[in-house]
Amino acid sequence: MPLDAADRPKTSFKQVGTRPLRPDGIDKVTGRARFGADANAPGMLIGKILRSPHAHARIRKIDASKALALPGVKAVVTKDDFAPRDDDLADVLVNVMARDKALYHGHAVAAVAATSVQVARKALALIAVDYEVLPHVTDVDEAMKPNAPVIRDGLITKGVDPALTKASNVAERYEFGHGDVKAGFAQAEVVVEREFKTEATHQGYIEPHACLANVGSDGTGELWVCTQGHYMVRDNCARLLGMDLSKLRVTASEIGGGFGGKTTVFIEPVALALSRKAGRPVKLVMTRDEVFLATGPTSSTSMMVKIGAKKDGTIAAAEALFKYQGGAFPGSPAQFGAMTAFACYDLKNVKVIAYDVLCNRPKQAAYRAPGAPMAAFAVESVMAELGAKLGLDPIDFRRRNAAKQGTKAVYGPTFGPIGFVETLDAVKNHPNYKKPLSKNQGRGIASGFWFNFGGQTCVSLNIGTDGTVNLALGTPDIGGSRASMAMMAAEELGIPYDQVRAVVTDTSSLGYNDVTDGSRVTFAAGAATIHAARDAVRKLCARAARTWGIPEDAVVWENGHAKPAGANAGNHKPLSLKEISGSAGSTGGPIAGHHEFNAENAGPSFATHVVDVEVDPETGRTTVLRYLIAQDAGKAVHPSYVEGQFQGGAAQGVGWALNEEYVYGKDGRLQNAGFLDYRIPVASDMPMIDTIILEVPNPGHPYGVRGVGETSIVPPLAAVANAVSDAVGVRLSSVPYSPPKVLKALNGRMKAAAE
Amino acid sequence: MVQVRIGGPLASMAGGLTRFELEASNIREILTGLGEACPRLKPVLEQGVTVAIDGELYRNAWFQPVKPDSEIYILPRMAGG
Repeated sequence: MPLDAADRPKTSFKQVGTRPLRPDGIDKVTGRARFGADANAPGMLIGKILRSPHAHARIRKIDASKALALPGVKAVVTKDDFAPRDDDLADVLVNVMARDKALYHGHAVAAVAATSVQVARKALALIAVDYEVLPHVTDVDEAMKPNAPVIRDGLITKGVDPALTKASNVAERYEFGHGDVKAGFAQAEVVVEREFKTEATHQGYIEPHACLANVGSDGTGELWVCTQGHYMVRDNCARLLGMDLSKLRVTASEIGGGFGGKTTVFIEPVALALSRKAGRPVKLVMTRDEVFLATGPTSSTSMMVKIGAKKDGTIAAAEALFKYQGGAFPGSPAQFGAMTAFACYDLKNVKVIAYDVLCNRPKQAAYRAPGAPMAAFAVESVMAELGAKLGLDPIDFRRRNAAKQGTKAVYGPTFGPIGFVETLDAVKNHPNYKKPLSKNQGRGIASGFWFNFGGQTCVSLNIGTDGTVNLALGTPDIGGSRASMAMMAAEELGIPYDQVRAVVTDTSSLGYNDVTDGSRVTFAAGAATIHAARDAVRKLCARAARTWGIPEDAVVWENGHAKPAGANAGNHKPLSLKEISGSAGSTGGPIAGHHEFNAENAGPSFATHVVDVEVDPETGRTTVLRYLIAQDAGKAVHPSYVEGQFQGGAAQGVGWALNEEYVYGKDGRLQNAGFLDYRIPVASDMPMIDTIILEVPNPGHPYGVRGVGETSIVPPLAAVANAVSDAVGVRLSSVPYSPPKVLKALNGRMKAAAE
Repeated sequence: MVQVRIGGPLASMAGGLTRFELEASNIREILTGLGEACPRLKPVLEQGVTVAIDGELYRNAWFQPVKPDSEIYILPRMAGG
């Protein structure tokens, strides 16, 4: 149900909307913050994982006898140390440790725990794995062909009626839409149809996966880990290892980036299994190449988009076909690509078909608005070309077709209050949109959508006897949530922000919390914090009432004080939070607030980006000159963090658009598993990114908050592509728009002109 | 009675049916009724789906009430990054 069914979102604030210093800033810049690899334990061993050199191979035999005989080696684990499963964790387990087949280059096949890194590495070299190399496929289009090697035996495509009987690499078919597309296109006067491909990209978090596992002889365990969800880690690891949830305590470290990539387990069950077998703590830290090889990049895609419009700019019909590969396991975000592709627009006739396809690549993981950026790249590229053919301003063209409250989304439901039109108007009125451009410079516009989610959340708020407050959260802080939560608690309690300290607790200290994903934490944990604070306020008022000897409902809370409510309540001097908590030991004991719930009604978010670029015709290099983002945040709790989320998503999107790509050789091996060969944007690549925060309140949150962490990565691929096209007149059918590809297109155009 | 529509790939599991009329006052009753009306959907419903009520998405809210005139869509389970 709505969080505050009876209330409209609060609109007047004292703390919310200000920009206090982040509470984790000093620790992070001084090195005091403890990340995943920063934990140590007495007697600790070092874990290392042996990975498949093959893209696809049957594992005939693993002989670890020589490794086990090496002095200093304390344990070796393989698939035999994990019981096979046929439930929802079956694929997670197969990805954690290969069973009968290695399914991608880098797939874990065995692991060792040894007394040093050197011994562990030596031991890996002594493990003999007998492989039967199998045919592989890494391209999504190739994987869908009838003669492609079938990666997972017996995989029958879901979502097809009547059901298929022959196994293939297509895990599922999705279809969304409404209206009559054929009739719509018959009415269209201008139609653009294009095909596109995008390559897999990695979230590029700077901190590799790392953990310290410690399983005792009594079967209880502790795990220190960098993750976006330590309850998820606890539940998955305990189930994979056959432990009771209550016997595994997981603590989330400070996190050096996640962006969706740390929403599952990779090394954690292995470290726990090694620790249990060795009887010693085991630290396992991925190298950078392991992160690229064996964690979850995005899907690569192959797409077709067709849009038809009338000459007045009204879209008559739209159609798309999306093929997303998600590695050697079902679960690519093809469905989200299909659902988000046309969400910005009010379409009467629309049809989207999408396929979830398997390839011999690592299992994809979420990456900010999973599935949406690729679809938006295709749709917004076609929108740019179609708008230009119609002779319309790109903003006006989008505005004419913009989704509004009451628009039926392509995936079915009707939108409530949304702020897409506001983003279009905001960028059109911004000075960046009017800045003149020189030769080889161009401007690109693109829009994007993301659903946003809520989820299970549990928060406790403990008031100390000095009146300061500890706020216990179960959602790892990946984007500044501790500051935002503290601000919302301070807002409710009526005390200064610096008197609330927010801490992410371990899994034994709070009830279950969903992973920090889906742009959910400021929305969901924020709402739980507000309600926990209100719970504490009720108790504070009750203590004041008892102290004054008046009914509890005769006390109100204002500006951090309990006050008698009206003349009939008597003439009592207001009691501050500090005064009430100071006497708590005599008035009933400690005072705490608590709230657990399942947050829903997250409220969708829209954004429009405008980017100016300059293309060097001699090298094909694209330089981003200026970048503007307008996005609906519902209510910006800490505007600096909101701006940071906008800017971070755009920066990652620019990397995806211009340089980042997984490159596979013909042998199915990843060619560029490192930051030297996989180029993410650095500070000198990016201008200051201008931001416009729009606030169309989300009725599902007490303050109107919407998630902001994901939408900002949806438009950049198309915005940059459109800008390059505007600058030098070439439009590529794939990202990245890397210098060699742009140069080749420019040279091809010159050659064609010369002929 | 409420009108329930099935979106996306779930329709193929419902034998191509996309609309159901059910006696239900909340999400749990909708899911139970759908599972009875279409047994092929039952495993999917038990694994988790997203229910859109009047444009708002609900992923885990059995007791969320619905009204006879509510717009209700059953969508595949959704999660973010």
